[in-house]
Amino acid sequence: MADASSSSHGDLKLTRVSKAFGDFTAVDDLTLTIPEGSFFALLGPSGCGKTTTLRMIAGLEEPTAGSIYIGDTDITTKKPYQRPVNTVFQNYALFPHLSIYENVAFGLRRRGVKDVKEQVEKVLKLVELPHLADRKPTQLSGGQQQRIALARAIVNRPALLLLDEPLGALDLKLRRQMQIELKWIQTEVGLTFVHVTHDQEEAMTMADTIAVMNEGRIEQMGSPAELYESPRTAFVANFLGQSNLIRGEVSSSDADRSVVEVHGQKIAVLKSRNTAEGKSILIGIRPEKIRITLPGDPCIGNVLTGGIVSDVSFVGVSTQYVVEMPWKQDLMVFEQNDGGTPTLRPGDPVSLSWNPPFTFGLDGSEDVNAGSEVDDPA
Amino acid sequence: MAFLQSAVTRAGSFTGKKGRLPYLLLLPGMLWLFTFFVLPIINLAGTSTQTPVVGGDVGQYVQTFRLANYIDAFNVARPQFARSFIYAFLATILALAISYPLAYAIAFRAGKLKNLLLVLVVAPFFTSFLLRTVAWKQILGEQGFVVPTLRSLHIIGQNTSLTASALAVVTGMTYNFLPFMTLPLYASLERIDPRTLEASNDLYANGITTFRKVTFPLSMPGVVAGTLLTFIPAAGDYVNAAILGNPNTTMIGNVIDSRFFNIVDYPTAAALSFMLMAAILILVTIYIRKSGTDELV
Amino acid sequence: MSTVPIPTLPINKRISRWFGRNIIRIYAVLGFTYLFVPVIYTIAFSFNNAGKSNLIWRGFTWSNWANPCGAPDVCNALGNSLKIGFLATTVATILGTLIAFAIGRHSFRGRSSTNLLIFLPMATPEVVLGSSLLAMFLTFRINPGFWPTVAAHVMFCISFVVVTVKARIASLDPRLEQAAMDLYANERETFRRVTLPLVMPGIAGAALLAFSLSFDDFIITNFNSGTMNTFPKFVWVSAARGIPAQANVIGSSMFFIALFIVVAGQLVNRKKAR
Repeated sequence: MADASSSSHGDLKLTRVSKAFGDFTAVDDLTLTIPEGSFFALLGPSGCGKTTTLRMIAGLEEPTAGSIYIGDTDITTKKPYQRPVNTVFQNYALFPHLSIYENVAFGLRRRGVKDVKEQVEKVLKLVELPHLADRKPTQLSGGQQQRIALARAIVNRPALLLLDEPLGALDLKLRRQMQIELKWIQTEVGLTFVHVTHDQEEAMTMADTIAVMNEGRIEQMGSPAELYESPRTAFVANFLGQSNLIRGEVSSSDADRSVVEVHGQKIAVLKSRNTAEGKSILIGIRPEKIRITLPGDPCIGNVLTGGIVSDVSFVGVSTQYVVEMPWKQDLMVFEQNDGGTPTLRPGDPVSLSWNPPFTFGLDGSEDVNAGSEVDDPA
Repeated sequence: MAFLQSAVTRAGSFTGKKGRLPYLLLLPGMLWLFTFFVLPIINLAGTSTQTPVVGGDVGQYVQTFRLANYIDAFNVARPQFARSFIYAFLATILALAISYPLAYAIAFRAGKLKNLLLVLVVAPFFTSFLLRTVAWKQILGEQGFVVPTLRSLHIIGQNTSLTASALAVVTGMTYNFLPFMTLPLYASLERIDPRTLEASNDLYANGITTFRKVTFPLSMPGVVAGTLLTFIPAAGDYVNAAILGNPNTTMIGNVIDSRFFNIVDYPTAAALSFMLMAAILILVTIYIRKSGTDELV
Repeated sequence: MSTVPIPTLPINKRISRWFGRNIIRIYAVLGFTYLFVPVIYTIAFSFNNAGKSNLIWRGFTWSNWANPCGAPDVCNALGNSLKIGFLATTVATILGTLIAFAIGRHSFRGRSSTNLLIFLPMATPEVVLGSSLLAMFLTFRINPGFWPTVAAHVMFCISFVVVTVKARIASLDPRLEQAAMDLYANERETFRRVTLPLVMPGIAGAALLAFSLSFDDFIITNFNSGTMNTFPKFVWVSAARGIPAQANVIGSSMFFIALFIVVAGQLVNRKKAR
């Protein structure tokens, strides 16, 4: 019935893919290549188009424009059952009227595979649930259902495995455990995983490459470290972890660095880490890179003085400070609780300093607050 | 996320031949309904304006488009019309009064017995409806145990009988339509999250106020469905009137039946049928508009 | 450690509290008793050693149950009712299920008018349905009897089937079908292996509903059956003279059989979920 054996392999290539629902554009002119065998994450807030993109790759939605290729095979208009792609759904979508064994065997049977029993047992062992084969999905816990949903997809050895926020319904400890397991399974089995999530920590933990999506477009794509340390838009800077973004103007530059005037103080930024084109610039520095010191104590590198501590939060691993600067902006500082810094209190005057190469620069036209809103779909 | 919802349903409804499949699926059933429901009703409209063939046999009529048939029919059956609607109305109210606490008990106080109790509500109706109605006639009759007991307790007089009365007819109707009232009520009440009732208590409302302001309004869809499913068949019923009533308690259904079979006066029967249907449709439309539920089916 | 005694309410307050909490339960018991009175009466009198008319209790006997067809025409009437029931149920369930899938799964022009047309027979009094059908049959010179009755029964059952099956279809998670297609099942296989099995309980329920509506129908049947007898017609006609105890036997049997089917269905469902 289905001609989608694992014969067509290769990189997944989306070229200028768009999807519109009436006059709402969910995915806008997306071009993306996902290398075979990698663990790829589509990261973004609710409504950014990541799930729609996933569904177009699975064949559950048809693009309004553009093409989708796996290797040399054009799958743009192919039905879901004609694609070598399998999906792990957000709510698992296990067939309630079939046993676990039959659920996992479903795809194999449709494809006419001969040694169903052997393959089902092998994959159940992989997810460590061989004893549940005769149960029904309603008798399993959330974590178990999730692993069966994964097994049901993996057993078909698809060219591409799509995961639609599969860990959303699990509690924190189980989620952490599953993140490690999923990564391990992916390297074990060698399939290409495309993981859709709004949890940036999850994406950074599991993926080799992350594409950050916002309003139907890709903001930036790269390795977790690349995106985190060198964000190119304010959205990425604020969505992945937290950033301090301060407005300034480029006052001078030499071969490899520029000097930026920030409310009367001078900050240096490497040209290689500066995406601003003109004079207007947003200086960015991650809170954990900043050292907070009492005025008068020695500090080197980029220095901002005149801050006053307005809030102190002890978070176990670190202490988080909110510092109000003279120009009425609050900056965040995370200090490791390794005994290196004395604990400060609200009202204490402080200076902030950091190693200049950690600075990144964004174009001054960017919205300082992009990506930092609470994830609350209207 | 409205667009996501529409996307999901769209992907869920796959059609092989684009757009033609639904019509093919509908065809046999709708054809049947058209032949055996729509056509007869249209034919009935035609019959209602016929007049007897002059000099012809009993039962021979010719189409004359005589709309005055309706006025004649109404005059013939005025008391029965009024009675039908009054009895149906009373039966509906009584059924609501009896069923609501029953449905409430099953929905909120039954725990594990919920399904069993639901089956028990419907179970009596597996015995034939006629058998049950006749059973009531005999239970409430002279040889039953109710009347002699009530008489010996001096609750009713020695000469009063409970059967062959309007009371018996209404009681019979109420009884017959109880499951039609109970099940929709139960379905509506069952959907209420008990935590909303707890919230009401938390916000200073006692039991009765909670019922008035929270439970009852939330159960309105069930109330509307139940009252409609009771009133409509009740208005057209004639079995209860025939078995439990007397010549003074005849309803419009009895008249239509006798006009058809005894007097063989098809136009009058047809006109009466149409007036009954029209009256019910008007009442139902007003009722639905006032209570604001649009999706009943 | 000293324990503080829980204050006890005065006796009259305790009684009123008990009432407040249990009044609903008391009411439910009364309600169910009321529901079952005629049923118990019917079952009891099926054991009555009755003569011609089963009105006064004359003594317990098994003879009615041993010889349920003893009264003239009872089994003929029952047979007709069963035949009509099975035929009408089969046809109505098939036609109604097709309509339910059309309305529940596709959007097409005329969807809301179709919905209205389905709803109308349920909103029309049986007197009107029955008499209009009879009038039409007579116009076309078709004599009332077995097949016109079957046709009438199918007609009024379709609406109930559609409503029941449509509700079941609506509660189906569309992602299950998407998952099936994702796992290499084409449209037909998805329907056969996922959609249909999951909708089946609704279809079964609709069939049961249709059968009970058909078996118990009197008014529409009375208009369209002519000289053919059905069980409800038999009871109606013999109500004047006295219903033979055999009718009680049949009524009680229907009760027990139906009860058995429903309870068995519940147990099977519970076993499946385990």
